[in-house]
Amino acid sequence: MEKQIETAKPVKPAIMTAKNVDVFYGKNQAIDNVTLDIPENQITALIGPSGCGKSTFLRCFNRMNDTIDICKVSGDIRFAGQDIYDPKVDVVALRARIGMVFQKANPFPKSIYDNVAYGPRIHDLAESKDELTEIVIKSLKRAGLYDEVADRLDDSGTSLSGGQQQRLCIARAIAVDPQIILMDEPCSALDPIATAIIEELMESMKERYTIVIVTHSMAQAARVSQKTGFFHLGKLIEHGDTDKIFTNPDNELTQNYISGRIG
Amino acid sequence: MRDLTLNTSAQMQKRHRKETRFKWYGRIAILLSLAFLVFMFAAILLRGMSAFQQTKIGLDISFNEQVIDPAGTRDPGDMARANYKPLISAGLAEVFPEVTERREKNQLYKLISNGGMFELGQMVVENPELIGTKQTIWLSASSEADLFMKGKIDAKVEEELRRFKDRDIAWFNTLKDQGKIKKKFNTTFFKSGDSREPEMAGILGAAFGSFFSLLVCFVISFPLGILTAVYLEEFAKKNRITDLIEVNINNLAAVPSIVFGLLGLSIFLNFFNLPRSTPLVGGIVLALMTLPTIIIASRSILRSVPQNIRDAALGLGASKTQTTFHHVVPLAMPGMLTGTILGMARALGETAPLLMIGMVAFIVDIPKGITDVATSLPVQIFLWADSPEKGFVERTSAAIIVLLVFLVLMNLFAVYLRRRMERRW
Amino acid sequence: MNSHFDASVDLNLRHAKRSTQLKELAIKSVLIASSLVAILTTIGIVLSLSFEAFRFFGKIPFFDFLFGLDWSPQTAIRSDQVGSSGAFGVVPLLTGTMLISFIAMVVATPLGLYSAVYLAEYAKPKTRNWVKPMLELLAGIPTVVYGFFAALVVAPIIRSMGSGVGFEISSESAMAAGLVMGIMLIPFISSLSDDVINAVPQALRDASYGMGATQAETITKVVLPAATPGIMGSLLLAISRAIGETMIVVMAAGLAAKLSLNPFEAVTTMTVQIVTLLTGDQEFDSAKTLAAFAIALYLLVLTLGLNIIALKIVDNYKKKYA
Ligand SMILES: Nc1ncnc2c1ncn2[C@@H]1O[C@H](COP(=O)(O)OP(=O)(O)O)[C@@H](O)[C@H]1O
Ligand SMILES: [Mg+2]
Repeated sequence: MEKQIETAKPVKPAIMTAKNVDVFYGKNQAIDNVTLDIPENQITALIGPSGCGKSTFLRCFNRMNDTIDICKVSGDIRFAGQDIYDPKVDVVALRARIGMVFQKANPFPKSIYDNVAYGPRIHDLAESKDELTEIVIKSLKRAGLYDEVADRLDDSGTSLSGGQQQRLCIARAIAVDPQIILMDEPCSALDPIATAIIEELMESMKERYTIVIVTHSMAQAARVSQKTGFFHLGKLIEHGDTDKIFTNPDNELTQNYISGRIG
Repeated sequence: MRDLTLNTSAQMQKRHRKETRFKWYGRIAILLSLAFLVFMFAAILLRGMSAFQQTKIGLDISFNEQVIDPAGTRDPGDMARANYKPLISAGLAEVFPEVTERREKNQLYKLISNGGMFELGQMVVENPELIGTKQTIWLSASSEADLFMKGKIDAKVEEELRRFKDRDIAWFNTLKDQGKIKKKFNTTFFKSGDSREPEMAGILGAAFGSFFSLLVCFVISFPLGILTAVYLEEFAKKNRITDLIEVNINNLAAVPSIVFGLLGLSIFLNFFNLPRSTPLVGGIVLALMTLPTIIIASRSILRSVPQNIRDAALGLGASKTQTTFHHVVPLAMPGMLTGTILGMARALGETAPLLMIGMVAFIVDIPKGITDVATSLPVQIFLWADSPEKGFVERTSAAIIVLLVFLVLMNLFAVYLRRRMERRW
Repeated sequence: MNSHFDASVDLNLRHAKRSTQLKELAIKSVLIASSLVAILTTIGIVLSLSFEAFRFFGKIPFFDFLFGLDWSPQTAIRSDQVGSSGAFGVVPLLTGTMLISFIAMVVATPLGLYSAVYLAEYAKPKTRNWVKPMLELLAGIPTVVYGFFAALVVAPIIRSMGSGVGFEISSESAMAAGLVMGIMLIPFISSLSDDVINAVPQALRDASYGMGATQAETITKVVLPAATPGIMGSLLLAISRAIGETMIVVMAAGLAAKLSLNPFEAVTTMTVQIVTLLTGDQEFDSAKTLAAFAIALYLLVLTLGLNIIALKIVDNYKKKYA
């Protein structure tokens, strides 16, 4: 494992670093001593069999695990050099910088407009109504949804199709202009066409944003990501360039998983 | 370049303060609600506890045969009806020989409750040996004396404004100095029916009224409730009629209780001519009122009986009714009983419908059956709360305490049943 | 011989089958008959109220009752007396009922909703486990107890507070009855709202937290708006309770049928008048007695209407997140 850290030399500087992270749910350890860097403006995929702790690890980055009482996180996680568990850190600020998209699209039962405007409103990002509308439209465009909903921004967000809903959630996350977007199996509930649209979108988003995506689909990881981390039973078994992980993994477990023998 | 700092900003701090405030609103709301609960219980306990004690005045009474039973027949009826007033007057005269004037004597006599005569009569009937002897007898003090003893009459208030005069106070203190006044456990309160005199009033009549009403209520609502639940859960096909019954039951549960009273009045009293003011009609009305609650509770219990128990019985060749009544209903019975008891607890506290069917009357006698005129505990509370005599305030509170104790007991019993019989599927 | 034997077995079996069938049929009939009691009760209520109310409207015109501004039911001193019919306008009773219900809801809504929000969103399971039953206790206390408390403790407090600021308040007032009724209604609102809030999917909360919203923002901007229909339902149910509540108002609100919205005056309500008209001496055919049934019918229509709407709203809401 130590060796891997040396070999995985990120081309870009790491915007987020995790060192020796342990996560416990009560007495159950879900993450065991994981160390991983997230390079800026790239897509990092976290793969591994179900229940291996991918989501748990992802949720450490924006401290979403704080919302679960029994969940205890330890280790050193830094965003742009700042320890995110430092008492001086405001989770509100942290989550504004690090957005999240969930497995199941979860638009609020509000209008499309209000969904996207939610973040800018709570964070006071717009000075005027016009500015807010501008942000909403810009975000919808960046999420590749604007053309489909331009004439019905007042319709309920829940009236959209599954794929559209997920893109609405991406637009909602983008609206506060975060540095990083965490995506937890964003396409697992979508059909192949909707999935393809979102994968394309991610490709275009990586210029502005750093993306960490959890996926159970190795094909998806191979298609979209530049870096990949493979988790197994709470441990990070191997990580590095996606090309390498998928063509020439160092670890036998990784090899087995990639070739479909486990998971 | 984006702002990447994670430190808090003024805007965020404002939001966190709002968060703290919001959380406190929730806490305050709960605290206020519970504080009110405590306040109400405390106010009632504080007012009511004193009613569980009663002031007694000890007098040396000569049980003069000439007065009690001049014929010497020892007939209980005659002995109970005899005029014991002179005996009490004589007892008082021994302590206060200086009181000779008639008006004053009458005033002095008022220290003792009107019920004192009955107390003596009761004693003699129970123990005729007393006749011819002289004993120290502890008689109930009048309501005023009782209130004074309990510190509920302020001697500093202008004499005109209180019913317990300075002279009464002097006499009272004389008796007290001689050790002839003490507070005893108030048995009258638990052993008597209603009375115009607070010190003679008790809740036994009302308690029996409640008991008989609940008995009728249980006998009607329990079988009807569970049978309906069984039908709807186990037999009825999903159709318009079943839907209608369901909607009907849900809405019946929300009909104001007073409306059930009017139903009782016009159908059971005026149409069927059932006896007015009786636990029979009261029980029927309460049964119809609690029926929806019992049905709804029982249905959810039946629903929680696992399907595989039905499948197993049906698979062994049992018919639908056999399956239901041999397997499903016995399993659900404790739960359904629990639901019924909770429904009955609510019925016990119900007042308004009983007012409509005339169970609101001054009734001294203790009802002996479901067709005797009666009140109920909550109605008695209502009646006493309405009485002008000050002595009834503490008794009203005490009756509330008793009612609440019964409610707590019923609820505890329900909880006990649920715990004991709880099945884990 | 053999065939005869077979036949008798066959016969016996068929006999047994028929008797079980009969038994099943009998049991089923009993079950259906039991279920009909609930229906019969409803029919009984509707018919008896309508019948007597109809007779009332034979004496007092329907519109005089519904829109009359004057309520003073007179008693005929002798039965042959005429012109002692009094005034039977229900409007003052309705305003009295609404005034007290309004006060009650002003008390119960914030307390009930904030309690529900705290219990559902903030409280630890342990706290929740003992606070919730305590709150529900409020709904289990007989209303006659609340009435006594309102009349004996709350009314004097309000009165002395009034005279403290040089303000005359009658010993029976809409305020005392309404305040205490409000407390009684808290659990009706908090319990149902708590359920409704819990039914809001966690995913919506996660989405909001993930955006950097605080918990309060998440609750006020996401959870409560999503739960609004259910909460509305719970409020309507509480209002329906308030309108039909009898003992608290009988004991604490008074008898004065004044067309007034002053909460510090004695007012009367529909339920109070039903009780007043039907307790004490009554002769059955007088307009005075029959009026009680007309009021009760009105009351039934109001409460059932509210209840049906409320159940419908809650039902639709539950389906949405089921
Ligand atoms: N909220 C929770 N409470 C308790 N245990 C949890 C919770 N969430 C996840 N876990 C446990 O943590 C482990 C990792 O789960 P998760 O991170 O969801 O895995 P993945 O996303 O890789 O499928 C699992 O064993 C799971 O049971
Ligand atoms: Mg996961």
